[in-house]
Amino acid sequence: MIDFGYTITKDRQLDYDRGDMRYYRLVQSLEPSVDVCMECGSCTATCSAGQFTEFNIRKAHTLIRRGNTESIKAELRKCMFCGKCQLVCPRGVNLRNLILAMNRAIELLG
Amino acid sequence: MIKFNLFVLPFSLGLIYVVYSIVIHYYRWIKSLPAVDKVKLANGLRTPSKVLASLKEIFLEGLIHRKLWKRNPLLGYMHMSFALGWFLLIVMGNLESRIYHGAYINAPYYPIFLKFFIHDRLVLFFEIFTVPAFFRFIMDFLLLFVLSGLGLALIKRKQSQWFGLKRTTNHSFFDRVALSCLWMIFPLRLLAESYTAGYFGGGGGFLTQNLGNLLIKISPGPAESIAYIFWWSYSLALGLFFIMMPYSRYMHIPSELLLIIFRHCGIQPKKWGSSFSDLELHSCSRCGVCIDACQLNFAAGISDIQAIYLIRGQRDQYVPENIAMTCMLCGRCQEACPVGIKVDLLRLIKRREIGSGQVSDFSYLTQSYPGFAEVVYFAGCMSHLTPSIHIAMEGIFREAGVDYLFVDRGGSTCCGRPLMLAGKDKQSNELIEFNKTLIRQTRARLLVTSCPICYKVFREEYNLPIRIQHHSQYILELVREGKIALQSQHRKVVYHDPCDLGRGGNVYDAPRELLRKISDLMPVEKECADALCCGGSLGLMNTTLQKKDEVTRNALQFLLAGNPDILVTACPLCKKTFVKHSKTEVRDIAELVHDAIPGRQIRKIMDPQKAEAAIP
Repeated sequence: MIDFGYTITKDRQLDYDRGDMRYYRLVQSLEPSVDVCMECGSCTATCSAGQFTEFNIRKAHTLIRRGNTESIKAELRKCMFCGKCQLVCPRGVNLRNLILAMNRAIELLG
Repeated sequence: MIKFNLFVLPFSLGLIYVVYSIVIHYYRWIKSLPAVDKVKLANGLRTPSKVLASLKEIFLEGLIHRKLWKRNPLLGYMHMSFALGWFLLIVMGNLESRIYHGAYINAPYYPIFLKFFIHDRLVLFFEIFTVPAFFRFIMDFLLLFVLSGLGLALIKRKQSQWFGLKRTTNHSFFDRVALSCLWMIFPLRLLAESYTAGYFGGGGGFLTQNLGNLLIKISPGPAESIAYIFWWSYSLALGLFFIMMPYSRYMHIPSELLLIIFRHCGIQPKKWGSSFSDLELHSCSRCGVCIDACQLNFAAGISDIQAIYLIRGQRDQYVPENIAMTCMLCGRCQEACPVGIKVDLLRLIKRREIGSGQVSDFSYLTQSYPGFAEVVYFAGCMSHLTPSIHIAMEGIFREAGVDYLFVDRGGSTCCGRPLMLAGKDKQSNELIEFNKTLIRQTRARLLVTSCPICYKVFREEYNLPIRIQHHSQYILELVREGKIALQSQHRKVVYHDPCDLGRGGNVYDAPRELLRKISDLMPVEKECADALCCGGSLGLMNTTLQKKDEVTRNALQFLLAGNPDILVTACPLCKKTFVKHSKTEVRDIAELVHDAIPGRQIRKIMDPQKAEAAIP
């Protein structure tokens, strides 16, 4: 392919009708503070695991919110649970419990 | 001489049932102990000193209730009057019955209902100074002693604050039934004995005889039948209490005895639970002392998750997940518990059941060559959020000329304790092994950490062959060895004990001694073992930020009551939590020490290159 100096990114459009929202609803009931997240990414910037590997908790949250859970199943296992994310969160999301809740949702719903 | 009446049956059946039940429980607890603990128990029981120590503690805690006396004299007296009074009633009643029975063995009900069978009159003057008269006096005195406790218990229902309890336990149905029976026993005994003594005109002591005479006078009627009804009721109340005992909180009476013996034999609770933990569950008297100690109760208004409710739930094989997960694991209730139950461990055992299923994957962690040093410094995740702490620590290391290695400079691998607090022990082992290898590779003789959370887990789970110190201990050692000189800044400071360093690691004096050298340390209302949690605890899993903030603000009220210049703590997590709400400056002890090194500021100006090096 000819290099034009730019590329076309993959289509990132999501069809909300096809997303599996059961996960998010369960997470919401287990940790209601997830709703106030404004996706600033502070959690990911400070993440202990994120210093060693590609681990993006903000992205995992966004994906589960959109009903796209397939790719995050393996991802969530990387969390070390140290709790730095919840200390820097400007919105006061209880992130450690959120991760537990996401894990729980994946455990329960497969 | 066989004395019998039908009304003794309820009591006798109840007694048989409760003895059977206790024997079964004891048998199960001992049988299901791990093999190591069984050996410990057998050895302990063969050691007279351990048996004597157990008996002493059983007497002091089981009968006198020494810890409750220390907490509040009224509360102590109330429990002592019930326990010691009832115990002595049984002992003295048995002795008394021997005199009348003339044999060494008699039916168990006989001493209990003695006054029904024996009511001879002591008429002659000299008979008042005989043995029977002595026993009658003693028995009436003891009954009065128990009744005084009962009176206090009734007052406590309405005025619990007089007894040092702000909030009391919300009891279950079985506990209420057993409690009602217990409260009925002694008044019924008093009435039964009094009516009988009054009817026969003899047989009672100073209390029952006089009351009996009065009762007969003011209520003429079939006194014998009334007395008989009271004897039946007394027996029924006793019998029902005994039958309810294994299902209610009063099971703590026999359980605590065994628990004390287990402890003196050196048996420890196991990480994943053992019959020792089950015994602990049964030993809880549900006194409610833990409720007042809990900050979530008095600062955040969460009053249904305290240790007592967890223990009750676990005993009944049902604990809502909410109870297990909502707790800061600060250890305050454990410190206050008069029975000395290791509540935090019980809660963690429950969390392990809930959390162990979820898997983790830390294969991305790769060991790199750390280098060698004499002292290895592990700042911890939280110190990376408050970098001023590790900057200060590095300054101190350099000032003291120590050969050190900042092993997690590029970012920490978590120590594993946060995972453990969530009940994921298996997962945390992977992190523990990783860090162990990393630390061993440095061949250091000393591990210094800035984070009490790491400090606790390093000491308890890592089994490292080297010394482990929190930075407050380490700096104090440097000062004592004369490696760093400090100049007091004479500023008013208060010290906040981090939970995992104080109650968790038993380090109370080192930071205080250090602070006295560099500042004017002021006392605070709740400190050392009674210190408050900052509210930022990683143990608290599912509470809203608002509730956490309430805990933090409440703790700050206590800490800042004396208007200090600086609030000093020794934990990056406490610092981070307090900074958000405190108007007073919050600093770590390492920062304060770093500032107290004389001439540091001047040298910085004189030698710009060195100044550059001092701030990485």
